[in-house]
Amino acid sequence: MTMVMGAVAYAPKVVTIWEGFKEYFRKNGFDFDFVLYSNYERQVEAQFSGEIDIAWNSPLAWVRAEKMAKARGLQVKSVAMRDTDLDLSSVLVARNDSGIGEISSLRGKRIGFGAIDSPPATLIPKDHMRAEGLVSGRDFAAVGFDVLGGKHGDHIGGERDAAQALISGEIDAAWMIDGNYLAFSKEGTIPSGSTRIIGRTGLYDHCNFTTSPDSKMDEVDRFVELLLGMQWEDPEVRPLLELEGLRKWLPGRDSGYALLERAVEDEKFYGENGEILIADYRY
Amino acid sequence: MLTIDIEDLGFDSGAHLLVKHALGKIPEGSQILVKGSSAEWAGQLRAWCRMTGHSFAVADEGMLVTKSAGNASAIFSGRSDPGSPDAVLDRPPACLGLAARGAQVEAGSPEFDFRLKEKIEVWSENAADLYAQSVAAQWDPGKSIDWNIAFDLPDEIEDAVSQVMTYLIENENAALVVPARFLGTLHPHFREVQAVLAMQIADEARHIEVFTTRLRMKGREPALSSAGGQASLKTLLDESDFSVAGFLLSVLGEGTFVSLLHFLHEHAPDPVTRQIAKLAARDEARHVAFGMGHLLARLESEPEFRHRLAIAVGERHDVLSTTSGLNTEVFDALILLAAGSLEPAAIASGFAKVQELMRDMHAGRYARLLRLGFGPEEAGRLASLHTRNFM
Ligand SMILES: [Fe+2]
Ligand SMILES: [Fe+2]
Repeated sequence: MTMVMGAVAYAPKVVTIWEGFKEYFRKNGFDFDFVLYSNYERQVEAQFSGEIDIAWNSPLAWVRAEKMAKARGLQVKSVAMRDTDLDLSSVLVARNDSGIGEISSLRGKRIGFGAIDSPPATLIPKDHMRAEGLVSGRDFAAVGFDVLGGKHGDHIGGERDAAQALISGEIDAAWMIDGNYLAFSKEGTIPSGSTRIIGRTGLYDHCNFTTSPDSKMDEVDRFVELLLGMQWEDPEVRPLLELEGLRKWLPGRDSGYALLERAVEDEKFYGENGEILIADYRY
Repeated sequence: MLTIDIEDLGFDSGAHLLVKHALGKIPEGSQILVKGSSAEWAGQLRAWCRMTGHSFAVADEGMLVTKSAGNASAIFSGRSDPGSPDAVLDRPPACLGLAARGAQVEAGSPEFDFRLKEKIEVWSENAADLYAQSVAAQWDPGKSIDWNIAFDLPDEIEDAVSQVMTYLIENENAALVVPARFLGTLHPHFREVQAVLAMQIADEARHIEVFTTRLRMKGREPALSSAGGQASLKTLLDESDFSVAGFLLSVLGEGTFVSLLHFLHEHAPDPVTRQIAKLAARDEARHVAFGMGHLLARLESEPEFRHRLAIAVGERHDVLSTTSGLNTEVFDALILLAAGSLEPAAIASGFAKVQELMRDMHAGRYARLLRLGFGPEEAGRLASLHTRNFM
């Protein structure tokens, strides 16, 4: 049987990536195909309607899949991740000249976030601030960047827009993934020495390959075995890994989603059964 | 354990360089200890490690970074120093692409479709020397030629000069286009050959410039371009093998051209034509030397290639057998140039000089063919079969 994977088309390169993977799997005698979705909500739902055997899920999609499975007495598993998906943290960046020294001094200020459904740039940061006693709308004004709903913040553009708004003075502080802070420094979006980190979330994990409730484990095992066998040194595979942003695939884990699970509850994003609660969410 | 202190340097200001350099000094799997004092440096180091594949751990005195397996293995790409015995590879892989010869080329680099990719197809031991000579011998037409010198030729002689210049220019065009086409398909690994061809192309561009300027000095426009002449040159452009093309163009064609330019240097009726012929002849001699160098190398390791060359001369002769070869206008113009006037005695002298030129051209071709290892009989036969268009 063909194993069918779901992925979200958040950028044109997604087609190149998965066509490359398909070729790699087929060369290794593994019958594989993929379906692209325009948003993670529909993709997760497809995991429960039997459309796809496995999904390349955002962390938020993973949380929803888990909730939906639990409510139905079913099981989904995180079976593979990128080395770059482990132990991320998000940082809150302020301009050096703004006089803002710590999170508590952000009361009444304008703070930049990512898309409404972005775990690293919105959900986990808002939860972090809530834990520090600062609630969006009550204690500070949240300014959202990147309105692409349903992509769960996969697109880096929103965080870059927030960084630019920070530098130009439109906002007082901005949240971004720690790695993007480095990337924005490197590309010059954030001039060196002009900003400082005034807050940092705990560690959390990013994407994973999530099995569907009725996926066949022997197929999943072969799929994971082939993924883990992809070598950075292999000239044919290397470009795919570079495009997908990893050096090696690792076995999946589900221990890195506690912060996001708490944020999803606190921000009332999904209900207990995985239903969408949050208002103003367009995808 | 290697310990480094990045002090108060932040990762938004280049701290990663210090870490990277320290990791460069240790083997894969070993650790360094990093200390720092800027705010949030440790978290940023963790992010950098995640993105570069190194592992990160917290220690009492600082942060530990364990070096990951390195980049994709590099492919050996020869040596930059042409004097080194393994400098030039016999078959440089396509994925070396545009990399400097000797660079550590990462596995996974794209394959470039350079058609000329085998050393034997292009190499000449004298390439580096010829390039250096060529750079040293470049001349500026504006400074090296005395364009302001006063002279006046009879109209019919000036017309003859225009006809000869018209002919020279189309031959120079062939001599420019042929190496230019090969240059674009040559694997850059063969840097010295690439450089020689690039200079050769520049030389021909300069020749076209000076012949055109001379032609226009007295208000003339270019004269006749014959079908036969162009047919002969077209066969050079149609030749797809670098060595065969080099044989036909450089060894036989440009070699013959050197004789013609010497003739013009000696017998042209005006000082400007004599000067430009002298300078162009020097450049052409280098082009011939490269062609000879390459063919000597190729024939040494592949003696049977001599048959291929002989066949090519014969085929070219057959293709051109229905054309008139050198156009009569050019032939007559050469006589007039050498004559300098329409006086019968002068014409007789000019005619004799052109006959001598023909013998000289033939003798030159014969000598070069002998040097390439053709037997006297075959060398004589091939020298005679060479196109009547000279190039
Ligand atoms: Fe020339
Ligand atoms: Fe030439």
